[in-house]
Amino acid sequence: MMNNVAEGPVETDAVIIGAGPAGLFSVFELGLNDIKCHLVDILDKPGGQCAELYPEKPIYDIPAVPVCTGAELTERLLEQIKPFHPVFHLGQMAESLKKLPDGKWRLTTDAGTVIDARLVIIAAGGGSFTPKRPPIKDIEAFEGTSVFYAVRKKEIFRGKNLVVAGGGDSALDWSLNLQPIANHITLVHRRDEFRASPDSVSKMRALVAEGKMDLKIANFSGLKGENGMVSAVTLVDDAKNTAEVACDSILAFYGLTMKLGPVANFGLNLHENLIPVNTADFETSEPTIFAVGDINYYPGKMKLILSGFHEAALMAKKAFTYIHPDRRYRFQYTTSSSDLKGKLGVDKNAA
Amino acid sequence: MKIYLTDMQGQEHELEATEEWTLMEIIREGGIPILAQCGGSCACATCHVYIDPAWKSKLPDPNEEEIGMLDGTFDVTPDSRLACQIVFTKDLDGLKVKLAPGSV
Repeated sequence: MMNNVAEGPVETDAVIIGAGPAGLFSVFELGLNDIKCHLVDILDKPGGQCAELYPEKPIYDIPAVPVCTGAELTERLLEQIKPFHPVFHLGQMAESLKKLPDGKWRLTTDAGTVIDARLVIIAAGGGSFTPKRPPIKDIEAFEGTSVFYAVRKKEIFRGKNLVVAGGGDSALDWSLNLQPIANHITLVHRRDEFRASPDSVSKMRALVAEGKMDLKIANFSGLKGENGMVSAVTLVDDAKNTAEVACDSILAFYGLTMKLGPVANFGLNLHENLIPVNTADFETSEPTIFAVGDINYYPGKMKLILSGFHEAALMAKKAFTYIHPDRRYRFQYTTSSSDLKGKLGVDKNAA
Repeated sequence: MKIYLTDMQGQEHELEATEEWTLMEIIREGGIPILAQCGGSCACATCHVYIDPAWKSKLPDPNEEEIGMLDGTFDVTPDSRLACQIVFTKDLDGLKVKLAPGSV
Protein backbone atom coordinates (compact mmCIF):
# COMPACT_ATOMS: atom_id res chain seq x y z
CA MET A 1 0.00 0.00 0.00
CA MET A 2 1.25 3.41 -0.90
CA ASN A 3 0.58 6.60 1.02
CA ASN A 4 1.28 9.45 -1.27
CA VAL A 5 2.19 12.99 -0.34
CA ALA A 6 2.32 14.65 -3.70
CA GLU A 7 3.95 17.94 -4.65
CA GLY A 8 2.01 19.10 -7.71
CA PRO A 9 -1.52 18.14 -8.78
CA VAL A 10 -2.02 14.39 -9.16
CA GLU A 11 -4.00 13.19 -12.18
CA THR A 12 -6.27 10.19 -11.93
CA ASP A 13 -9.57 8.86 -13.27
CA ALA A 14 -11.47 8.82 -9.98
CA VAL A 15 -10.84 10.22 -6.54
CA ILE A 16 -12.59 8.41 -3.71
CA ILE A 17 -13.30 10.32 -0.51
CA GLY A 18 -13.21 7.80 2.32
CA ALA A 19 -11.25 4.55 2.58
CA GLY A 20 -13.83 2.52 4.51
CA PRO A 21 -15.41 -0.65 3.11
CA ALA A 22 -17.51 1.21 0.51
CA GLY A 23 -14.53 3.25 -0.70
CA LEU A 24 -12.21 0.23 -0.82
CA PHE A 25 -14.68 -1.94 -2.71
CA SER A 26 -15.27 0.94 -5.15
CA VAL A 27 -11.59 0.57 -6.12
CA PHE A 28 -12.33 -3.06 -7.04
CA GLU A 29 -15.43 -2.38 -9.13
CA LEU A 30 -13.86 0.65 -10.82
CA GLY A 31 -10.67 -1.34 -11.42
CA LEU A 32 -12.55 -4.06 -13.28
CA ASN A 33 -13.81 -1.25 -15.49
CA ASP A 34 -10.29 0.09 -16.17
CA ILE A 35 -10.74 3.13 -13.94
CA LYS A 36 -7.78 4.16 -11.80
CA CYS A 37 -8.32 5.52 -8.30
CA HIS A 38 -6.80 7.63 -5.60
CA LEU A 39 -8.32 7.64 -2.12
CA VAL A 40 -8.32 10.34 0.54
CA ASP A 41 -9.06 9.60 4.19
CA ILE A 42 -8.74 11.64 7.35
CA LEU A 43 -7.65 8.59 9.35
CA ASP A 44 -4.02 7.51 9.15
CA LYS A 45 -5.10 4.02 8.07
CA PRO A 46 -7.69 2.54 5.67
CA GLY A 47 -10.86 0.89 7.00
CA GLY A 48 -13.02 3.81 8.12
CA GLN A 49 -15.35 2.92 10.99
CA CYS A 50 -14.18 -0.72 10.78
CA ALA A 51 -10.67 0.45 11.62
CA GLU A 52 -11.47 3.24 14.04
CA LEU A 53 -14.60 2.23 15.92
CA TYR A 54 -14.67 -1.55 15.95
CA PRO A 55 -11.46 -3.16 14.65
CA GLU A 56 -11.80 -6.03 17.15
CA LYS A 57 -15.56 -6.49 16.97
CA PRO A 58 -17.09 -9.30 14.93
CA ILE A 59 -19.23 -8.61 11.85
CA TYR A 60 -21.65 -11.40 10.93
CA ASP A 61 -23.52 -10.04 7.91
CA ILE A 62 -20.95 -9.98 5.12
CA PRO A 63 -22.25 -12.44 2.51
CA ALA A 64 -20.32 -15.72 2.52
CA VAL A 65 -18.13 -14.58 5.41
CA PRO A 66 -19.84 -15.98 8.52
CA VAL A 67 -17.69 -13.87 10.81
CA CYS A 68 -14.79 -11.45 10.58
CA THR A 69 -13.65 -8.45 12.61
CA GLY A 70 -13.56 -4.88 11.35
CA ALA A 71 -9.78 -5.14 11.02
CA GLU A 72 -10.01 -8.44 9.12
CA LEU A 73 -12.61 -7.06 6.72
CA THR A 74 -10.30 -4.13 5.98
CA GLU A 75 -7.30 -6.43 5.42
CA ARG A 76 -9.28 -8.63 3.06
CA LEU A 77 -10.56 -5.69 1.05
CA LEU A 78 -7.01 -4.31 0.76
CA GLU A 79 -5.87 -7.72 -0.47
CA GLN A 80 -8.74 -7.86 -2.96
CA ILE A 81 -7.98 -4.43 -4.48
CA LYS A 82 -4.20 -4.89 -4.63
CA PRO A 83 -4.21 -5.71 -8.39
CA PHE A 84 -5.56 -2.22 -9.08
CA HIS A 85 -2.76 -0.34 -7.27
CA PRO A 86 -4.89 2.29 -5.54
CA VAL A 87 -2.99 5.28 -4.17
CA PHE A 88 -3.89 6.38 -0.64
CA HIS A 89 -3.63 9.91 0.72
CA LEU A 90 -4.11 9.24 4.42
CA GLY A 91 -4.33 11.51 7.43
CA GLN A 92 -5.86 14.19 5.23
CA MET A 93 -9.30 15.70 5.00
CA ALA A 94 -10.94 16.39 1.66
CA GLU A 95 -11.36 20.11 2.04
CA SER A 96 -12.56 21.67 -1.18
CA LEU A 97 -13.84 20.62 -4.55
CA LYS A 98 -13.98 22.76 -7.65
CA LYS A 99 -14.74 22.17 -11.29
CA LEU A 100 -11.91 22.84 -13.74
CA PRO A 101 -12.55 24.35 -17.20
CA ASP A 102 -12.00 20.94 -18.85
CA GLY A 103 -14.80 19.40 -16.74
CA LYS A 104 -12.51 17.58 -14.35
CA TRP A 105 -12.78 18.00 -10.58
CA ARG A 106 -9.97 19.40 -8.46
CA LEU A 107 -10.00 18.07 -4.92
CA THR A 108 -7.73 19.75 -2.39
CA THR A 109 -6.98 18.28 1.03
CA ASP A 110 -6.16 20.11 4.24
CA ALA A 111 -2.59 18.83 3.85
CA GLY A 112 -2.33 20.60 0.50
CA THR A 113 -2.57 17.53 -1.74
CA VAL A 114 -4.27 18.43 -5.02
CA ILE A 115 -5.96 15.70 -7.05
CA ASP A 116 -7.47 16.28 -10.48
CA ALA A 117 -9.97 13.59 -11.46
CA ARG A 118 -12.76 13.11 -13.94
CA LEU A 119 -14.93 11.44 -11.28
CA VAL A 120 -15.49 11.94 -7.57
CA ILE A 121 -16.79 9.07 -5.46
CA ILE A 122 -17.97 10.17 -2.03
CA ALA A 123 -17.73 7.17 0.30
CA ALA A 124 -17.37 9.21 3.45
CA GLY A 125 -19.62 7.13 5.74
CA GLY A 126 -20.70 9.15 8.76
CA GLY A 127 -18.32 11.96 7.80
CA SER A 128 -14.80 12.89 8.84
CA PHE A 129 -13.47 11.55 12.10
CA THR A 130 -12.55 14.56 14.20
CA PRO A 131 -11.47 14.81 17.85
CA LYS A 132 -14.31 15.10 20.35
CA ARG A 133 -14.35 18.62 21.69
CA PRO A 134 -15.12 18.96 25.40
CA PRO A 135 -18.45 20.83 25.77
CA ILE A 136 -16.81 23.75 27.52
CA LYS A 137 -17.97 27.25 26.81
CA ASP A 138 -15.62 29.21 24.53
CA ILE A 139 -13.08 26.38 24.28
CA GLU A 140 -12.79 27.14 20.54
CA ALA A 141 -11.05 30.41 21.40
CA PHE A 142 -8.17 28.45 22.96
CA GLU A 143 -7.82 25.70 20.34
CA GLY A 144 -4.51 25.63 18.54
CA THR A 145 -2.90 28.10 20.96
CA SER A 146 -3.20 26.42 24.36
CA VAL A 147 -5.81 23.67 23.92
CA PHE A 148 -4.86 20.75 21.67
CA TYR A 149 -6.41 17.42 20.64
CA ALA A 150 -3.24 15.91 19.19
CA VAL A 151 0.50 16.39 19.48
CA ARG A 152 2.05 17.62 16.25
CA LYS A 153 5.29 18.89 17.74
CA LYS A 154 6.43 17.74 21.17
CA GLU A 155 8.63 20.81 21.58
CA ILE A 156 5.72 23.19 22.07
CA PHE A 157 5.08 21.49 25.43
CA ARG A 158 8.62 22.02 26.73
CA GLY A 159 8.56 23.75 30.11
CA LYS A 160 4.76 23.87 30.13
CA ASN A 161 2.35 23.23 32.95
CA LEU A 162 0.22 20.76 31.10
CA VAL A 163 -3.15 19.19 31.85
CA VAL A 164 -3.78 15.95 29.96
CA ALA A 165 -7.43 14.82 29.95
CA GLY A 166 -8.61 11.30 29.15
CA GLY A 167 -8.11 7.70 30.19
CA GLY A 168 -7.05 5.80 27.09
CA ASP A 169 -3.75 5.04 25.40
CA SER A 170 -3.38 8.50 23.85
CA ALA A 171 -3.74 10.24 27.21
CA LEU A 172 -1.36 7.82 28.94
CA ASP A 173 1.23 7.64 26.16
CA TRP A 174 1.47 11.40 25.79
CA SER A 175 1.59 11.97 29.54
CA LEU A 176 4.58 9.61 29.72
CA ASN A 177 6.16 10.99 26.59
CA LEU A 178 5.90 14.65 27.57
CA GLN A 179 6.64 14.20 31.28
CA PRO A 180 10.43 14.60 30.85
CA ILE A 181 10.15 17.86 28.91
CA ALA A 182 7.11 19.54 30.47
CA ASN A 183 7.52 21.52 33.67
CA HIS A 184 4.59 19.69 35.23
CA ILE A 185 1.85 17.33 34.09
CA THR A 186 -1.56 16.72 35.64
CA LEU A 187 -3.50 13.81 34.23
CA VAL A 188 -7.27 14.19 34.61
CA HIS A 189 -9.58 11.23 34.25
CA ARG A 190 -13.12 10.64 35.47
CA ARG A 191 -12.33 7.36 37.25
CA ASP A 192 -9.31 5.67 38.74
CA GLU A 193 -9.17 3.03 36.03
CA PHE A 194 -7.62 3.32 32.61
CA ARG A 195 -8.34 1.63 29.30
CA ALA A 196 -4.73 1.66 28.23
CA SER A 197 -1.83 -0.75 28.01
CA PRO A 198 -1.06 -2.07 31.53
CA ASP A 199 2.59 -1.12 31.08
CA SER A 200 1.72 2.56 30.49
CA VAL A 201 -0.66 2.52 33.44
CA SER A 202 2.01 1.19 35.82
CA LYS A 203 4.59 3.67 34.52
CA MET A 204 2.13 6.51 35.08
CA ARG A 205 1.31 5.27 38.59
CA ALA A 206 5.01 5.09 39.42
CA LEU A 207 5.55 8.70 38.32
CA VAL A 208 2.57 9.79 40.41
CA ALA A 209 3.93 7.90 43.42
CA GLU A 210 7.32 9.59 42.99
CA GLY A 211 5.62 12.98 42.85
CA LYS A 212 6.76 13.55 39.26
CA MET A 213 3.24 14.04 37.94
CA ASP A 214 -0.26 14.48 39.36
CA LEU A 215 -3.37 12.43 38.80
CA LYS A 216 -6.80 13.92 39.46
CA ILE A 217 -9.92 11.78 39.38
CA ALA A 218 -12.56 14.21 38.16
CA ASN A 219 -14.37 15.52 35.10
CA PHE A 220 -12.93 18.40 33.14
CA SER A 221 -15.71 20.99 33.52
CA GLY A 222 -14.38 24.40 32.58
CA LEU A 223 -11.38 26.54 31.86
CA LYS A 224 -10.06 29.99 32.65
CA GLY A 225 -7.82 32.24 30.65
CA GLU A 226 -7.81 35.00 28.08
CA ASN A 227 -6.50 35.83 24.61
CA GLY A 228 -6.30 32.17 23.69
CA MET A 229 -4.09 31.29 26.66
CA VAL A 230 -5.51 29.11 29.42
CA SER A 231 -4.55 29.78 33.02
CA ALA A 232 -6.46 27.03 34.83
CA VAL A 233 -8.92 24.18 34.37
CA THR A 234 -11.83 23.55 36.66
CA LEU A 235 -12.61 20.00 37.69
CA VAL A 236 -15.67 18.44 39.26
CA ASP A 237 -15.87 14.97 40.76
CA ASP A 238 -18.86 12.65 41.15
CA ALA A 239 -19.58 14.08 44.60
CA LYS A 240 -19.77 17.53 42.93
CA ASN A 241 -16.62 18.79 44.65
CA THR A 242 -14.88 21.31 42.45
CA ALA A 243 -11.19 22.03 42.16
CA GLU A 244 -8.96 24.20 40.05
CA VAL A 245 -5.62 23.28 38.52
CA ALA A 246 -3.36 26.04 37.23
CA CYS A 247 -1.92 25.28 33.79
CA ASP A 248 -0.87 26.90 30.54
CA SER A 249 -1.63 24.07 28.09
CA ILE A 250 -4.30 21.39 27.78
CA LEU A 251 -4.25 18.18 25.77
CA ALA A 252 -7.68 16.54 25.61
CA PHE A 253 -8.04 12.93 24.38
CA TYR A 254 -11.67 11.83 24.29
CA GLY A 255 -11.54 9.89 21.04
CA LEU A 256 -13.06 10.77 17.71
CA THR A 257 -16.51 11.60 16.46
CA MET A 258 -17.86 11.84 12.92
CA LYS A 259 -18.89 15.10 11.30
CA LEU A 260 -19.93 15.63 7.69
CA GLY A 261 -17.37 18.44 7.41
CA PRO A 262 -16.39 20.22 4.18
CA VAL A 263 -18.32 17.74 1.98
CA ALA A 264 -21.36 19.78 3.03
CA ASN A 265 -19.93 22.67 1.00
CA PHE A 266 -19.34 20.75 -2.24
CA GLY A 267 -22.54 22.17 -3.73
CA LEU A 268 -24.48 18.91 -3.64
CA ASN A 269 -28.11 18.54 -2.58
CA LEU A 270 -28.30 17.23 0.97
CA HIS A 271 -31.01 15.38 2.88
CA GLU A 272 -30.44 15.57 6.66
CA ASN A 273 -26.64 15.55 6.18
CA LEU A 274 -26.83 12.68 3.69
CA ILE A 275 -26.32 12.88 -0.06
CA PRO A 276 -29.35 11.89 -2.16
CA VAL A 277 -28.53 9.63 -5.11
CA ASN A 278 -30.52 7.79 -7.70
CA THR A 279 -30.52 4.05 -7.30
CA ALA A 280 -29.71 3.20 -10.92
CA ASP A 281 -26.13 4.44 -10.71
CA PHE A 282 -25.65 6.21 -7.35
CA GLU A 283 -24.86 9.49 -9.01
CA THR A 284 -25.61 12.64 -7.00
CA SER A 285 -27.38 15.82 -8.13
CA GLU A 286 -24.10 16.68 -9.86
CA PRO A 287 -23.16 14.50 -12.85
CA THR A 288 -19.78 12.69 -12.43
CA ILE A 289 -20.04 12.91 -8.62
CA PHE A 290 -21.23 9.67 -7.00
CA ALA A 291 -22.00 8.75 -3.40
CA VAL A 292 -21.86 5.20 -2.04
CA GLY A 293 -22.15 3.66 1.41
CA ASP A 294 -23.53 5.19 4.60
CA ILE A 295 -23.23 8.76 3.33
CA ASN A 296 -25.89 8.42 0.62
CA TYR A 297 -29.64 8.54 0.86
CA TYR A 298 -32.41 6.99 -1.21
CA PRO A 299 -35.83 5.57 -0.31
CA GLY A 300 -35.35 2.27 1.47
CA LYS A 301 -31.65 2.85 2.24
CA MET A 302 -30.16 0.53 4.84
CA LYS A 303 -26.81 1.49 6.33
CA LEU A 304 -25.14 -1.88 5.89
CA ILE A 305 -21.68 -2.61 4.55
CA LEU A 306 -23.23 -4.91 1.97
CA SER A 307 -25.38 -2.04 0.65
CA GLY A 308 -22.17 -0.09 0.00
CA PHE A 309 -20.74 -3.03 -1.97
CA HIS A 310 -23.82 -3.29 -4.17
CA GLU A 311 -23.85 0.47 -4.72
CA ALA A 312 -20.18 0.44 -5.75
CA ALA A 313 -20.88 -2.10 -8.52
CA LEU A 314 -23.69 -0.05 -10.05
CA MET A 315 -21.73 3.17 -9.66
CA ALA A 316 -18.76 1.67 -11.54
CA LYS A 317 -20.94 0.72 -14.50
CA LYS A 318 -21.99 4.36 -14.96
CA ALA A 319 -18.44 5.57 -14.22
CA PHE A 320 -17.22 3.46 -17.17
CA THR A 321 -19.36 5.49 -19.58
CA TYR A 322 -17.61 8.70 -18.47
CA ILE A 323 -14.05 7.38 -18.49
CA HIS A 324 -14.30 5.23 -21.62
CA PRO A 325 -16.98 6.94 -23.75
CA ASP A 326 -15.53 5.32 -26.87
CA ARG A 327 -15.88 1.78 -25.52
CA ARG A 328 -18.95 -0.39 -25.24
CA TYR A 329 -19.76 -1.54 -21.72
CA ARG A 330 -19.39 -5.30 -21.47
CA PHE A 331 -21.05 -7.15 -18.63
CA GLN A 332 -18.73 -9.94 -17.48
CA TYR A 333 -18.21 -12.36 -14.61
CA THR A 334 -14.86 -12.71 -12.87
CA THR A 335 -15.43 -16.49 -12.86
CA SER A 336 -15.38 -16.83 -16.61
CA SER A 337 -13.94 -13.71 -18.19
CA SER A 338 -10.29 -14.02 -19.16
CA ASP A 339 -10.30 -10.23 -19.57
CA LEU A 340 -11.27 -9.70 -15.91
CA LYS A 341 -8.97 -12.48 -14.74
CA GLY A 342 -6.14 -10.71 -16.51
CA LYS A 343 -6.92 -7.48 -14.67
CA LEU A 344 -6.96 -9.37 -11.39
CA GLY A 345 -3.65 -11.03 -12.25
CA VAL A 346 -5.08 -14.51 -11.71
CA ASP A 347 -4.74 -15.68 -15.31
CA LYS A 348 -1.29 -15.08 -16.73
CA ASN A 349 -2.35 -16.10 -20.24
CA ALA A 350 -5.18 -13.60 -20.41
CA ALA A 351 -4.98 -10.33 -22.21
CA MET B 1 -45.33 -0.26 27.55
CA LYS B 2 -43.76 3.18 27.73
CA ILE B 3 -40.65 5.09 28.54
CA TYR B 4 -40.49 8.80 29.34
CA LEU B 5 -37.64 10.58 27.64
CA THR B 6 -36.56 14.13 28.43
CA ASP B 7 -34.85 15.78 25.48
CA MET B 8 -32.09 18.40 25.52
CA GLN B 9 -34.69 21.18 25.65
CA GLY B 10 -36.15 19.69 28.81
CA GLN B 11 -39.32 18.47 27.13
CA GLU B 12 -40.66 15.06 28.15
CA HIS B 13 -41.82 12.58 25.49
CA GLU B 14 -43.85 9.44 26.05
CA LEU B 15 -42.40 6.75 23.79
CA GLU B 16 -43.77 3.32 22.94
CA ALA B 17 -41.33 0.69 24.22
CA THR B 18 -40.87 -2.82 22.85
CA GLU B 19 -39.46 -5.67 24.87
CA GLU B 20 -35.94 -6.78 23.93
CA TRP B 21 -35.26 -3.57 22.01
CA THR B 22 -32.46 -1.40 23.29
CA LEU B 23 -33.23 1.96 24.81
CA MET B 24 -31.33 3.57 21.92
CA GLU B 25 -33.59 1.85 19.38
CA ILE B 26 -36.73 2.82 21.32
CA ILE B 27 -35.63 6.46 21.35
CA ARG B 28 -34.69 6.44 17.65
CA GLU B 29 -37.90 4.66 16.65
CA GLY B 30 -39.87 7.16 18.74
CA GLY B 31 -38.64 9.86 16.38
CA ILE B 32 -36.30 11.58 18.84
CA PRO B 33 -32.93 12.34 17.24
CA ILE B 34 -30.10 10.47 18.95
CA LEU B 35 -26.66 10.31 17.35
CA ALA B 36 -25.73 6.68 18.10
CA GLN B 37 -23.01 6.88 15.46
CA CYS B 38 -21.77 3.32 15.72
CA GLY B 39 -25.29 1.93 15.41
CA GLY B 40 -25.40 0.24 18.79
CA SER B 41 -22.14 -1.68 19.02
CA CYS B 42 -20.86 0.09 22.16
CA ALA B 43 -18.10 1.74 20.17
CA CYS B 44 -18.75 5.49 20.17
CA ALA B 45 -20.53 6.78 23.31
CA THR B 46 -22.88 9.00 21.30
CA CYS B 47 -26.05 7.56 22.88
CA HIS B 48 -25.21 8.77 26.38
CA VAL B 49 -28.27 9.12 28.64
CA TYR B 50 -28.98 9.77 32.31
CA ILE B 51 -31.21 7.22 34.02
CA ASP B 52 -33.63 8.61 36.59
CA PRO B 53 -32.07 7.67 39.96
CA ALA B 54 -35.34 6.02 41.06
CA TRP B 55 -34.96 3.51 38.20
CA LYS B 56 -31.26 2.76 38.45
CA SER B 57 -31.62 -0.25 40.70
CA LYS B 58 -33.90 -1.95 38.13
CA LEU B 59 -31.14 -1.99 35.52
CA PRO B 60 -28.37 -4.56 35.31
CA ASP B 61 -24.99 -2.97 36.03
CA PRO B 62 -22.99 -1.75 33.06
CA ASN B 63 -20.23 -4.10 31.87
CA GLU B 64 -16.55 -3.13 31.61
CA GLU B 65 -16.89 -2.24 27.95
CA GLU B 66 -19.73 0.22 28.55
CA ILE B 67 -17.91 1.82 31.51
CA GLY B 68 -14.82 2.15 29.32
CA MET B 69 -16.77 3.73 26.46
CA LEU B 70 -18.15 6.36 28.85
CA ASP B 71 -14.53 7.56 29.19
CA GLY B 72 -14.92 8.95 25.69
CA THR B 73 -17.82 11.22 26.50
CA PHE B 74 -18.48 14.26 28.66
CA ASP B 75 -20.73 15.28 31.53
CA VAL B 76 -20.61 11.76 32.90
CA THR B 77 -22.42 11.37 36.22
CA PRO B 78 -23.23 8.32 38.37
CA ASP B 79 -26.54 8.16 36.42
CA SER B 80 -24.78 7.91 33.05
CA ARG B 81 -25.41 4.93 30.77
CA LEU B 82 -25.18 4.17 27.07
CA ALA B 83 -28.70 3.70 25.70
CA CYS B 84 -27.56 1.04 23.22
CA GLN B 85 -26.51 -1.23 26.09
CA ILE B 86 -29.82 -1.22 27.96
CA VAL B 87 -32.27 -3.87 26.84
CA PHE B 88 -35.88 -3.04 27.59
CA THR B 89 -37.81 -5.52 29.74
CA LYS B 90 -41.30 -5.47 31.30
CA ASP B 91 -39.77 -4.33 34.59
CA LEU B 92 -38.71 -1.12 32.89
CA ASP B 93 -42.24 -0.05 31.86
CA GLY B 94 -42.44 3.64 32.78
CA LEU B 95 -38.64 4.17 32.82
CA LYS B 96 -37.58 7.79 32.99
CA VAL B 97 -34.46 8.77 31.12
CA LYS B 98 -32.82 11.98 29.92
CA LEU B 99 -30.62 12.59 26.87
CA ALA B 100 -27.09 13.73 27.74
CA PRO B 101 -25.13 16.34 25.78
CA GLY B 102 -23.13 14.64 23.05
CA SER B 103 -25.93 12.27 22.09
CA VAL B 104 -27.71 14.72 19.80
